[in-house]
Amino acid sequence: MLGAAFFALPLLGLLQQAAWSEVVRDLGSPEVRAALRLSLECSLWATALATVLGVPVAWVLARGQFRGRSLLRALVLLPMVLPPVVGGVALLAAFGRTNGLVGPWLFDTFGIQFTFSKTGVVLAETFVAMPFLVLTVEGGWRALDARYEDAAATLGAGRWTTFRRVTLRLLGPSLAAGAALAWARALGEFGATITFAGNVEGRTRTTPLAVYLLLETHPGAALALSLVLLAVSVVVLVALRDRWFGVRR
Amino acid sequence: MTLVAAGTARVGALDVAVDLTVADEIVAVLGPNGAGKTTLLRTLAGLHPLDTGRITLDGTVLDDPAAGVFVRPAHRSVGMVFQDHVLFPFLDARENVAFGLRSRGVGRREARRRADDWLARVGLADCATARPDALSGGQTQRVALARALASEPRLLCLDEPLAALDAQARVEIRRALRRHLAAAGARVLVTHDPVDAAVLADRVVILEAGRVIQTGTMDEIALRPRSTYVADLVGCNHYRGVAADGRVTLAGGATLVVADRTVTGVVHVSVHPRSVGLHREAPGGSSRNHFAGTVTDVDGLGDRVRVRIEGAVPIVAEITAAASTELGLAPGHGVVASVKATEITVYPA
Repeated sequence: MLGAAFFALPLLGLLQQAAWSEVVRDLGSPEVRAALRLSLECSLWATALATVLGVPVAWVLARGQFRGRSLLRALVLLPMVLPPVVGGVALLAAFGRTNGLVGPWLFDTFGIQFTFSKTGVVLAETFVAMPFLVLTVEGGWRALDARYEDAAATLGAGRWTTFRRVTLRLLGPSLAAGAALAWARALGEFGATITFAGNVEGRTRTTPLAVYLLLETHPGAALALSLVLLAVSVVVLVALRDRWFGVRR
Repeated sequence: MTLVAAGTARVGALDVAVDLTVADEIVAVLGPNGAGKTTLLRTLAGLHPLDTGRITLDGTVLDDPAAGVFVRPAHRSVGMVFQDHVLFPFLDARENVAFGLRSRGVGRREARRRADDWLARVGLADCATARPDALSGGQTQRVALARALASEPRLLCLDEPLAALDAQARVEIRRALRRHLAAAGARVLVTHDPVDAAVLADRVVILEAGRVIQTGTMDEIALRPRSTYVADLVGCNHYRGVAADGRVTLAGGATLVVADRTVTGVVHVSVHPRSVGLHREAPGGSSRNHFAGTVTDVDGLGDRVRVRIEGAVPIVAEITAAASTELGLAPGHGVVASVKATEITVYPA
């Protein structure tokens, strides 16, 4: 009971404190809308990037037979347990424009700059969100009966056709669940973003950053934004309920 | 169409002999679980590579590790019906059957038309739009067969095609399968059920612990089983021993008098259960082999009764129910089994 209350009380507080009549108005202010739009845009890009980069990693982890596989998994999981601020500092050390490992080269050759840019936000969000996708898809891949792929092969399907027409179809639910989790995590990302990409309104000030700032100047708006993030989390949980809570349709 | 396979494939700790020649015929690979039957099929389909040797189909080399040749499954023209069928759950029956045609570049409408043809041929014209989870076991099996046949493979492999079915469906599907497999082409089917082998196959290959023990028709094998496993399958008594001067000395030390004096050295001995007589006491007369023992099992089979006897020479006898009643046979009873020398088959190991 005590444990449940511990989780329930903050939620109740959030709902009770909200001045419902003002929530709608607060969500309409330009500052809040800019933050929401930026968050949506960056988190979707981060989800896409995490999917493109994460699916091959999941495949290697699920199907690969090689030394150092557990090391690779540990590496992929690290962002889940790493304090996000440390993640941000690490990203700076790698991609920082002036003295990162590859940052100066990327800027000189391609003109890509991460700090104080949307690209930086996307990168920071991908960094923290990708483990959720990799883990979920890896689990799905392990559970997948390889004989479906064998059957496709004996029916004349090449490796790419088999992947596209069979593997991807069977992985669909895991992929969707992984992407939803990664997206939710990307949307809420704070520490790595503010450390790595900074806090520039309209470019890197995502919703969580805005919540933090508004709390001092305009607590009502902060509360409204928090409710939006809460709603997103609840929606993701409900969408994934079949997967975790054994609810059958 | 001729498949010639001679080689080995390692799976886990087992080296499986991939030793098989299949012309326009149906060959059954019969063996206990874990004998390497599925591995053998997978090497033919290209789902498991050979470690040594070579597989050719109509003269084309499919797998030859020494020469560095390995043809991928997609390019082999080897069809496969998997155990529990492995239909794509996200496609309906028609799309499952059309999958192979689509993969080989047949247009969507043409592939569907031919898929419908195949479904009609296996008697499932009504089920074209049904998803696999809405089909019964027997229907699933027929869709899997149609799916494999639709690509018109030169070699068709079937892995335990009837194992996933209940007893009722087995009988029906087995009969239908015999009809569908009768069309020209090389067919290999793997099974652990001697009835499947007897009904479906022209020839049988016995695989035990990765090794080919015996090949031949089911009748040949039933007459001269070369291992205890085969003897049990065909319901025969089987022993190994050393023959000399019309006597066979078994591993346990007991001896059998046999009529055939031409075979000597290490031999197999088989005795049909119906050739075994049972008595309360050792009889005289022409039955020249007598073994005393204890009844362990009595199984009624209609008007026949199978009696298992443990003793110096363990033996199974099949006698009439009337004779069994007369002898009052029950587990624990002492009994004497007799076999005429002329009823014992002896053949070299």
